[in-house]
Formats: sequence, structure tokens, C-alpha cells
Amino acid sequence: MKQFEYTINDPLGIHARPAGMLVKEAKAFADTVVTITKNGTTVKAGQLMKLMSLGVKQGDVVTVAAEGANEDAAIAALTAFFNNNL
Amino acid sequence: MITIQGKGVSKGIAKGPLYFFQRSDTTVTLKVVSDIEAEKARLAVAQEQSIQQLNALAEKCRDDAGEEMAVLFETHAMFVEDEDFVECITSLIDEKSCNAEYAVEQAGIQFAAMFAAMDDAYMQARAADIKDVAKRIVNNLLGVVDGGIRSDVPVILAADDLAPSETLQLDKSKILGFVTMGGSGNSHTAILARTMGIPAICGAGEALAEGYNGRVGYIDGETGQLIIDPDAMTQAALKEKYEKQQETKKLLETMKGQEDITLDGKKMLLYCNIGSPEDVAAVLANDGQGIGLFRSEFLYLSASDYPTEDEQFEAYRSVAAAMNGKRVVIRTLDIGADKQVDYFDMKEEENPALGVRAIRICLNRPEVFRTQLRALYRASVYGKIAIMFPMITSVWKVKECKRACVSVMKELEAEGIPYNKDTELGIMVETPSSVFVAEELAKLVDFFSVGTNDLTQYTLACDRQANDLGKFFDPHHPALLRAIKMAADAAHKAGIWIGICGELGADISMLPTFLAMGIDELSVSPSAVLPVRAAIRQSIAQTCTLEMLEC
Repeated sequence: MKQFEYTINDPLGIHARPAGMLVKEAKAFADTVVTITKNGTTVKAGQLMKLMSLGVKQGDVVTVAAEGANEDAAIAALTAFFNNNL
Repeated sequence: MITIQGKGVSKGIAKGPLYFFQRSDTTVTLKVVSDIEAEKARLAVAQEQSIQQLNALAEKCRDDAGEEMAVLFETHAMFVEDEDFVECITSLIDEKSCNAEYAVEQAGIQFAAMFAAMDDAYMQARAADIKDVAKRIVNNLLGVVDGGIRSDVPVILAADDLAPSETLQLDKSKILGFVTMGGSGNSHTAILARTMGIPAICGAGEALAEGYNGRVGYIDGETGQLIIDPDAMTQAALKEKYEKQQETKKLLETMKGQEDITLDGKKMLLYCNIGSPEDVAAVLANDGQGIGLFRSEFLYLSASDYPTEDEQFEAYRSVAAAMNGKRVVIRTLDIGADKQVDYFDMKEEENPALGVRAIRICLNRPEVFRTQLRALYRASVYGKIAIMFPMITSVWKVKECKRACVSVMKELEAEGIPYNKDTELGIMVETPSSVFVAEELAKLVDFFSVGTNDLTQYTLACDRQANDLGKFFDPHHPALLRAIKMAADAAHKAGIWIGICGELGADISMLPTFLAMGIDELSVSPSAVLPVRAAIRQSIAQTCTLEMLEC
């Protein structure tokens, strides 16, 4: 498993648009499960509603983890995604 | 005569039959089904349909109503496929052997409640989105087509409220205006009406009864009134207002694409004043030939901390690019006086208008100035940007500003970042001192722009914020006009151009005076471009005099 921590910059936090994009990103990696954790609550990144219900806001620190065959590629892509969008 | 008072959210007058928006009957009843697999198959089909419809709506939205709403519909499409949502629905079908309609409705209610319970206003608003999505899937299951407008003639559409997907699917050619019981100035209905340029009223309340369906009404989007069976006097007044509106509309249509030139061949530059990148659309829609004043304060006012160089760069770049080679004059930050920002930590002043404001802040805080200049110069390769310094009172100030620019250019050069070294530099003429030393100032810069609002305030010694100065505050005061003339003469002596970006620029009664002075450019609000153009095209510069400068 690989993971990284990220502090959210976007004033709206993980709102509908980046959440949707994140879901797409996470699902692109076959045989790899991506999770997002905030304050001890973990959800799978492929679940839009659950992701939004985490209520991740600007300033929150989340842990993004990937486990599986493509975990390296997934982490690289997700790091870029968070930097560019959140 | 029946008058229904609401809130006007989109200007204009329209007259037509009232048509109450019909929503199809979609009451869902719980039914027990025997073939669960078949039910799930129905659900899958309805989901597919919903996704297609929503993506199509998103596409349509991009053209009609902008990117934000398009993204909203794309997110709706994602909700339809969301694992948890779908699992909730299929579990219900499994447990209760119920019809898909019921399961979807219940799942929608559950998820909407979950969002409504969150402590974030944005998330709470998403509850309405979930409901809209659930309703769409149910409609598809029931095979129901969304309510449309069944009428041969255009109508004034009345409703309790209209959801985003509903407003978008309407046949716009059939709508003269909107009136809703609920809603607000920021509701989708209001936004759509303004985009379409038709009148709209919201918050009409219970008075908007369905019994009025079919009756002819007059809607005034400015006063927020819907009038049914107006008496003779009201009708005449409305008719007049309507005719004037039509006249202006026609005038504007004929003025688009025309040159800003007087009957005797004097050309003028007709630009626009904007406060943020969002305003560029209005500039282009009204055929503005450039931007004479891009107020950069929005970057500082709307943030909780200093905007970064990259944030600024993006804003300047986007406007420069959108204007496609047309000049964009960007004014450096003009905070202070009536525009206050917390994080700047400014000391309280007795007379903010006479205090540390605008360029004085920049010269006192070189880091803030440098950041803004870096962003501006970086953006200068994406269009025709000109930089303008506000509140100039002395020659040394201009020299310092220019030194700061040179220093920034050297930095960018060393970093290998491209910039346009021929970027025009200009100053606002808005203080009496700048008028008296205008000749020397004109030698140092590429243009002047007169900020008539502040120039009037400082020249007449009248607080522009005060309401009770009355006759003491004369925007056409000869002193002010003579000041502008002095600046204009100094500019032309040095071979540079002079424009007016204060409100006086759009004052058509002043146009002959400006022509007589040889003002080269007027920068007005986008909606004033075409009327000013019309006035320019009817003027003969040679016959214009300076009589207004006489006392």
C-alpha cells in the first residue's frame, strides 16, 4: 500500500465537481483500491456520495491511499490530481 | 386591475397570456412485484436514459447558460451511477419486492436527508440536487415526459418555482417572461431570464393563483409587478415604457459593429470599465472595443489574504486573452478610502480619502507592488495589456513606479519568463496636483486616464460618499472641466492619448465638450457602449465648443 497526506487548498473543499473527477481518476486504476481518510473516517474514492459526505473542507488534511497492482501509478496520478484541483 | 407584487430580477416589459407550468403527475405508489430481476432491469434502463439526458443537458447548458450549470448536470449524471445510491435502491427492491419507482424515491429521500443534515451550506443545497436526480429516474421509469409549454403563442410562464433542469428544457421561443411564487435573484429562473434578456419576477407569493391561467398580463421586471387587466392609465404608462425599451433595443442592434466615429471623421476609442473577469462577456456582447479600466481590487477584496502572483496572473491573462488583441488597461490596486480590506492591516485614518491609499500603499509595501507587477508583466504576452497607476500626485511617484516596473522586468528576464517590454504604462488623472504638473507627467508615461469621480471630489472639496451636499456637488463644474482640458492639452503636447474612465465618460451631455477637448478614449460600463456610440455617430466634432467650461 502507498499513501500520501494532503492539505486541501480549494475554498470549497471536495465539492461536487472535483469529487466527480476524483471518482473517475480513482476508478481508472484496475485492481487497485483507492481510499480517502479524514479524521479517522475512511471511504473508497470510487463512491461519490460517500466521498462528498466526508465533508472535506479547505484546510482539512486527508490521507490518500492506494493498494493493489497499480498502486504506484495511482498514487502518482492522484498526487498530481490533488495538486491541480484541490 | 390586479397587481401582484414580487421582486424584479430581470429587467424588461412584456405583455402576454399567463401560462402556468404543468408538471406531469408523478405520484409514486408502492407496488409489490413478482419478478425482481425484471424490476432491476427496468431500473438499469431508466438509469441509462437519465445519464444520457443529463449529459445532453450539460452540453446544451454550456452554450446557453455557462460552465457552472453544465458541471452541475454532469455531477447529477454521476449521482445516478453512484455505487451507494444504486445499492440502496437495489437493496430496497430485494427486501421489499417493490417497484423500482418506489425504491428510487425512497433512496432519494434518504440521501437527500443525509446531505440536508450536513453542517455545510453547500452540501445542504445538494439535497435538492439528489431529489431532482431521483425524480428524473422515476420519470423515466414511468415513461413520463417533462411538462412543456402547450401554446401556439408566446406566453408569460408562471410557476411556483422552476428547477434547473426544467428551465433548461423549455422552448425559449415560446417565453416572453417568467413569474414565480418563490425563488430569488440568484435562482436559476432569474439567471436564465437575464441571459435571455427577458423580464422575470420572483417571490410573487400566493397571490399568483392558477386561476389566472390564460389571462393577459403585463410583466415589469424592473418594478417586480405583474399586472392583470390594467386600467387605462397604467396600460398607457406600460405601453410607453415598452415602446421605449423596444426603441433602445433596435438602436443597440444597429449600433453593433459600427465604428466609433463622428460625422466629420473624428475617431474615438470606446472601451469598457470592468471589475472582474466575469464582466468580459458583457464587454464583448456590447461590442466594447477594449477595456479602459480593469479594476484589480476584486482580487484583494474577495480573498482572506493577499492574492498570490499566480492567482493574479491567471485573472489578468484570462481577460487579456478573451479580449483577443484589444487593449486591456489594468489598474494596480486601488484599496483604501471606501474600499477596505482587513488583512492589509491598515491604520485607522481620519480622512481615508486623503490618506494612504492606492499607489501609496504599493509604494509603502514594495512586496505587494512587486507581486502585482510580476503577474501583470507575465500576462502581458497573452494580449495587449496596459498598466495604469492610480492616485498619482507627483512626478517622483511615477518615476518610482517605473523603477519598480524595470526591476520586475529584469527579474523576469533573469528567470527566463517571457513578458512584453513594450507594455504601455499610464496614470490616472484624479488629483488636482496631477493636473497642475500634467505636462511633466505626460513626458513620463504612454497615456492618461481621467478618474472623474475622484477628480471631482478633490477639486470641489466635496465628499463623493456624502448624500447631503446637494447643489455643492456639481459633476459638470467648470473647474472640473477646465482641469480635464489642462490634462488633455498636456497629453497632446507630449503626443500621448487621454481617456476618461470615470462615470462622466458615459454622460452623453458631456460628449460635445469631450470632443472639443480632443479626448481620445471613453471607458464606460458595458451597457453604455452602444448608446454612447450612437451619440458619437450623430456628432460633428468641429461644431463642438468649450462653452461648458465657462462660469
